[in-house]
Amino acid sequence: MSFAPPKETWSGKTFEITIGNGAKAVKIGGENVFSFHGFEGNYPNRPVIAYEVQDIPPDDWPQMVKDVYAGVSADPVTWAKHCVEKLGAKAIALRLAGTHPDKGDISADQAAETVKKVSSAVDVPLIILGSNHAEKDSVVLVKAAEAAKGTNALLGKAQEANYKTIVAAALANDLKLIAMSELDINLSKQLNILITQMGFDKERLVTDPMSSALSYGLEYTYSVMERIKLAALAQNDAVLQGPMLADVGMYVWKVKETQALEADLPQWGNLKDRGVAWEAVTTTSLLVAGTNLAIMRHPDAVAAVEKFIAEMEG
Amino acid sequence: MALTGVEIFKLLPKTNCKKCGQPTCLAFAMKLAQRQASIDQCPDVSEEAKQKLGEASAPPIRPITLGTGARAVKIGEETVLFRHEKKFVNPCAISVKISDNLSQADAGKVIAGIMESEIDRVGQKLRVDAAFLSNDSGDASKLAALASLVASKAPELPVIISTTSPDAAEAALKPFAGKNAVLYGANKDNLEAMAQKAKDAKAALAIAASSLDEAAELTEKAKAIVPDLIMDSGARKAGEMLRDNTYVRRAAIKKGFKPLGYPVINFVGRGDSMLETVVAVLSVTKYASIIVLDHLEKWQSLALFSLRQNIYTDPQVPMQVQQNIYKVGDPGPKAPFLITTNFSLTYFIVSGEVENSKVPCRLAVLDSEGLSVLTAWAAGKFTASKIAQFIKESGIEAEIENKELIIPGYVAILSGAIEDKLEGWKITVGPREANGLPAFLKSRA
Ligand code: B12
Ligand code: SF4
Repeated sequence: MSFAPPKETWSGKTFEITIGNGAKAVKIGGENVFSFHGFEGNYPNRPVIAYEVQDIPPDDWPQMVKDVYAGVSADPVTWAKHCVEKLGAKAIALRLAGTHPDKGDISADQAAETVKKVSSAVDVPLIILGSNHAEKDSVVLVKAAEAAKGTNALLGKAQEANYKTIVAAALANDLKLIAMSELDINLSKQLNILITQMGFDKERLVTDPMSSALSYGLEYTYSVMERIKLAALAQNDAVLQGPMLADVGMYVWKVKETQALEADLPQWGNLKDRGVAWEAVTTTSLLVAGTNLAIMRHPDAVAAVEKFIAEMEG
Repeated sequence: MALTGVEIFKLLPKTNCKKCGQPTCLAFAMKLAQRQASIDQCPDVSEEAKQKLGEASAPPIRPITLGTGARAVKIGEETVLFRHEKKFVNPCAISVKISDNLSQADAGKVIAGIMESEIDRVGQKLRVDAAFLSNDSGDASKLAALASLVASKAPELPVIISTTSPDAAEAALKPFAGKNAVLYGANKDNLEAMAQKAKDAKAALAIAASSLDEAAELTEKAKAIVPDLIMDSGARKAGEMLRDNTYVRRAAIKKGFKPLGYPVINFVGRGDSMLETVVAVLSVTKYASIIVLDHLEKWQSLALFSLRQNIYTDPQVPMQVQQNIYKVGDPGPKAPFLITTNFSLTYFIVSGEVENSKVPCRLAVLDSEGLSVLTAWAAGKFTASKIAQFIKESGIEAEIENKELIIPGYVAILSGAIEDKLEGWKITVGPREANGLPAFLKSRA
């Protein structure tokens, strides 16, 4: 019996976006099929994993992740260089966590200084993230964008509450931009429309439909991502054809499964592997759902995900 | 593939005799197409039409039950490619390999591990579903010995017997006769003999093919002997499994291609248990019905059970807990009393943090149709009057001394309205995020 594989090719394709400059610039997106479906269409760029680095020491990260960066995390430049040189990071996500009013309220100017230092210290592409405080971000990211002019970095996140200044900053400094909304395909679409109406090119926009951790709403992110990818491919909806971002580490490393000691919950197994697995499984499932770029924290989890990507390709 | 009303109409007697309760054969055909009627309601329909309709109305992926009794699991019967379209029906069965090269003691440890794998998560009991008994030794007597060990230590546990030898299969299946075991390993060389052994033991047969082409060929041959079939396309690398699983699901559901309309088994065993775990992610999300693991680590099970639970929840109906007043620890009459919604995720996080605080509490869970605090508030399902009514009717007033209710920080706005409706009660606004609860509760204790 001869079986003809039911291939599905789509009329739509996602935009290919380049982040960074030079030999280590990365490309994401550009596919006309679902993630890893190179067997039936064009899937030119494997997903990229970026290491998260913060402007302040990661005091609120669980001990097992803090330990990994002990000795380097006191200074963002040292930390970023460690990720690139020792861990082989293909991109760095610099989170300006310390600018949050509750976490030190570091000024926009000082944050811009950090961006400058980190971007000149590493040769991989940079993702520049605020502290997720809508009001403060709209000030911090403007300065950060100026400091990153010419680096072709990815700036974020623009949200409904603060997108105007952030979009303008990305435009003025020739950066790529992340648009984030809260787990709803229509909200994503609406925000992307508002942003493009400001004259921002949709081919420079990355969509973040908001991440969640395994067992803590992962199914919402998973399905929103599948729906966005389907809209991009099957309905050729240009507003939703940007590559997708999953900001995983920050959600995973605060849930109970990545903190509880084995002594307290023996049926959950050892904490070290459990924490790593939580981040790796969350990321992997979101890659399958359509993520093009993921931000992670633990090197062992990144290694597991990279091995998975290699197996998907080969 | 489902037939349209007109296609069904062509198969009916076209006498419009009304015995089916419908005014015309066409009306009856339309009801059938919408699955609102059963073909048996027409007494005059021909056997041939019945058979055609039966085939057409069978689920595109055959349902198969592994095991019997309390641990039985059903697989297959899926109807869509994406979970947002419609709930994925039967969660994939997770199985762990036990080699017949292991000593009885070591095999016993794996069996015990499987039996102890059960974890209670958001009200569901999750566990390793089956044991995969592998004839690695090539020796029929070793496989039989392993089979009887499993049958005696874990008589309720569903099993998959893996061998390419029909004789070894017969011996190993013996202790599981009538218990819905699975026989894995039917290939182009042994197909008929293996199918016969499966049939004799009332087991399902799993095909070990080397391509989808071959799988389709083998199921067509085997189905005359055993109707309950499972397929391995031979894919081992994660990328190959994605390709083959996707083709199978599409062929069965979108094309109604019967030769591939069976559940799929994936082998994800890797030397590295972390890699094995992430490869299993592919199988859970993308269409495997049985997953065979080499490792059985507690953290691995927890992660994969959780993922399976996430992927297989109904996208239209959030997971919910029952409306009730739950006790955390052993709360006395003066213990803090909190309220939240019945979205399982919300309940799970809040009760976890209350537990973390080590302060015994009462936690009222209001039926808000499975919505989170803010969503429920925005949708009018977590309102002052609903809260007041619930508290009054719960009888809690007789149980506690302090009439104080702690509400989530995000709905601080409700506090005045609740106080108005609940006479004699004090409403306290708690922290916004549940992770603020331990500090909050401890500071009050
Ligand atoms: C997923 C989601 C949905 C899902 C529903 C999921 C569900 N089962 O509830 C869907 C898509 C169906 C949905 C629908 C709607 N949603 Co909605 N949704 C969300 C989203 C993204 C996450 C909600 C969630 O799951 N949170 C996680 C749970 C665990 O949080 P939680 O229940 O609040 O619990 C936390 C705290 O409250 C606290 N806590 C809980 N209980 C208690 C108790 C005590 C005593 C204490 C101290 C603390 C505490 O601890 C928990 C963890 O910290 C939020 C945005 C966001 N990021 O929060 C919007 C959000 C809640 N939705 C919103 C809205 C408006 C709606 C809709 C009305 C319209 C819409 N925008 O789609 C509909 C209404 C639905 C309906 N049936 O009519 C708004 C609410 C705005 C507001 N302030 O009023 C939000 C904030 C998004 C936004 N910014 O617009 N939504
Ligand atoms: S009973 Fe059968 S033959 Fe009679 S009207 Fe109904 S469908 Fe037609």
